[in-house]
Amino acid sequence: MTESQKPIDPEKEKRKIKSDKRMKEIMTEYYVEAKTPREQRGKKIAWITSGGPVEPLICMDIIPVYPENYGAMIGASKMGVDLCEKSEEMGYSRDLCSYARADIASATVNGGPIGGLPEPDMLICCNNICGTVLKWYEVQARYFKVPLFILDTPICHTEFTKEMRQYVVKQIKEYIAFLEDVCGKPFDYDRMDEVGALSFRGQELWQAILDTTMHKPAPITCFDAFFHLAMIVTLRGTRTVVDYYEMLLAEMKERIAAGIGMIPDEKHRLLWDNLPIWYKMRWLSDKFASHNACLVADTYTSGWTSSMKYLDPDDFLGSLAEGYTRIFLNAGTDIMADNIMGMAEKYDAVGVVFHSNRSCKPYSLGQYDIQRIVQEKMGLPTLMIEADMVDERSFSESQIDTRIDAFIEML
Amino acid sequence: MKALEFFDHIVKHPGEYAEKWKKETHGKVIGHFCSYTPVEIITAAGALPFRIFSSGVDISKADAHLQAYSCSLVRGALEDALSGQLDFLDGTVFPHTCDSIQRLSDIWRMNTNFGFHSDLILPVKLIGESAGEYMTAVLRKFKEALEKNIGVRISEEDLKKGIETCNRVRENLGRLYSLRQKNLHVIQSSDVHTIFKASMIMDAKQAAEKLHGLVVELEGELEGELEGESKGDNDASVPERKRLVLSGGLCTMPDIYDIVETAGGAVVWDDFCTGSRYFEGEIEEMNDPIAAIASRYLKRVNCPAKHSGVLSRGEYLVEKVRQNQADGVIFLFLKFCDPHAFDYPYMKEMLEKQGVPSMLFEIEDQTSSEGQLKTRCEAFMEML
Repeated sequence: MTESQKPIDPEKEKRKIKSDKRMKEIMTEYYVEAKTPREQRGKKIAWITSGGPVEPLICMDIIPVYPENYGAMIGASKMGVDLCEKSEEMGYSRDLCSYARADIASATVNGGPIGGLPEPDMLICCNNICGTVLKWYEVQARYFKVPLFILDTPICHTEFTKEMRQYVVKQIKEYIAFLEDVCGKPFDYDRMDEVGALSFRGQELWQAILDTTMHKPAPITCFDAFFHLAMIVTLRGTRTVVDYYEMLLAEMKERIAAGIGMIPDEKHRLLWDNLPIWYKMRWLSDKFASHNACLVADTYTSGWTSSMKYLDPDDFLGSLAEGYTRIFLNAGTDIMADNIMGMAEKYDAVGVVFHSNRSCKPYSLGQYDIQRIVQEKMGLPTLMIEADMVDERSFSESQIDTRIDAFIEML
Repeated sequence: MKALEFFDHIVKHPGEYAEKWKKETHGKVIGHFCSYTPVEIITAAGALPFRIFSSGVDISKADAHLQAYSCSLVRGALEDALSGQLDFLDGTVFPHTCDSIQRLSDIWRMNTNFGFHSDLILPVKLIGESAGEYMTAVLRKFKEALEKNIGVRISEEDLKKGIETCNRVRENLGRLYSLRQKNLHVIQSSDVHTIFKASMIMDAKQAAEKLHGLVVELEGELEGELEGESKGDNDASVPERKRLVLSGGLCTMPDIYDIVETAGGAVVWDDFCTGSRYFEGEIEEMNDPIAAIASRYLKRVNCPAKHSGVLSRGEYLVEKVRQNQADGVIFLFLKFCDPHAFDYPYMKEMLEKQGVPSMLFEIEDQTSSEGQLKTRCEAFMEML
């Protein structure tokens, strides 16, 4: 039976997000341009970390490419184990981040989805998400022999000091000088204002979309957010994102008006913490749905709007240093606990699901304390899933299946 | 050797040393984890910079805070803190290095009560103008925080003295390394390691004096031997030992030295934070002592959690192998140490290009690794 002959389930059809199709088109166009041979493409390519300041690149007509987004694609297409094993053959320990391992292996064999990423002309590494990206980008700088710029954003355990501010502000100037040097043209400050405003607008819209789940029933779950996140990560600072998210937000509002929830009979509203388990998205989504449990929000997708309060849409460049330093992950564990508790209140969640992710130490170490705080202060039941975002070998399906069942019973 | 017993006792009973020191001096003890801790400033404050090594006890309390995929140092140190083994501390400093230490700092701050808690967020990038300025600025801020928290005023004179004392410790540790490097039988590597570890726990002034006494004694012994042309490494009755360089983070396994030596090897250099990274680089006498401390961190070979170029650590290792005419390298990592694990493949490759064989050993915890390490070491030594 071909696709078109399948009987259409009107219930399922009703819940499908219509904008998905446009999103896929945009992402395809983006990768097609990036993968166009250098001579025809004209534009330079920068590989950049997911939390890195991409706006100056857009401003310089550089195509940003995100190995982390690619890591997610590798995970979702279940190519993670194969690539991770390749990197282990190259001498990288299995205990290292699976995004890094998969990307490092993929670069040498042009394997993985879309046949590998286009080669970079430069590497931009911002360590506001972890120390791992520094080591990962050093590996790629040696492999591709291209210039590496490191934006060092000091971790704000308890405070963002004036010394930190001065340091990052100065580095932003060094960043711009680096780009001018690599591109051989002056930085366009006027255009930066436009790009900055678009970036801010994109973040606002993304947060508005995430906030639609405050409504009961929630029009989407975090599994949908994980999918639509690609846009704010990869195309932040462009008109494309703003247009697309406006469309998606309108669709969400329509769903709310029509009373359409993603989970037909939404009973338990839950939060998710940490990165998705990319290769088990469908399985997890179905599993929770079978219990009428709706993961209404997560700490990960809202990470890209976590420092909006420090950004100034009218002086984006001037506020960039603080905005990119004070993201949720670059803060103390207690601040992260406060963030989760704030979200539980905001989205009226009755429990929290933690993904203890072997690949991501800054996100995962401290989760046990956060779990305890959430339980003590709010009395919320919690579930800890030990897994990995890309490396399927660290996922024990039967065990996790039983634990989810037991957790739901507790609610 | 009596001096050795003295150092050995401190390493085996670090808490006893710290408590005795407190009683005698009425000073504060500041615990720390890292070769990027400005021990000079702590010394200048009249406090004792106390390097925290995990005591190696079984983990029970720390398991409620840290996942099994954190390294034995992080888990072990937290276990010690939670089980009251570090109660003599008046504070802890966490220089920012890796992701695990970063989160340990949060967990430590939230679950222990040692008083002064300092996150010393040094730059990760050690090159470029901005990094240099920031390094000095945060060290200055640390000095002020320390003054405020332990209620002392650190004068410029105090700082200069602190630097001078710590320079003397480093200089003598360096001399100890060259003694071992040149004359493999004058002092055993396991003893060098013990002395090293003790000097990271001890009062700097005392360490400098004790070390100096020992070094002079050993140098004297050596001179006597050379004059009498008695047994040396060139003596035909002594089989030629394979010269090895160790590379990695913190060496928590003193047995490695005995294992290497029993297998017919000799450690001639290391690239450990409890080794060369601790003592290399003298702090220059500058008008601004804080800037002088910063300058050492910027120039000294970096920890893999920091960045001073994409090849800096590999080049350092290759150079040390060459200088010491080493036959091979043993990479000794703590399991789950990401920064070292990321550097391993390229460093191994750089060594290979120079025809230097290497082996990698990951330590999960001390007891289970010993037998395995012995077998691997013997096989490696045979190969050399």
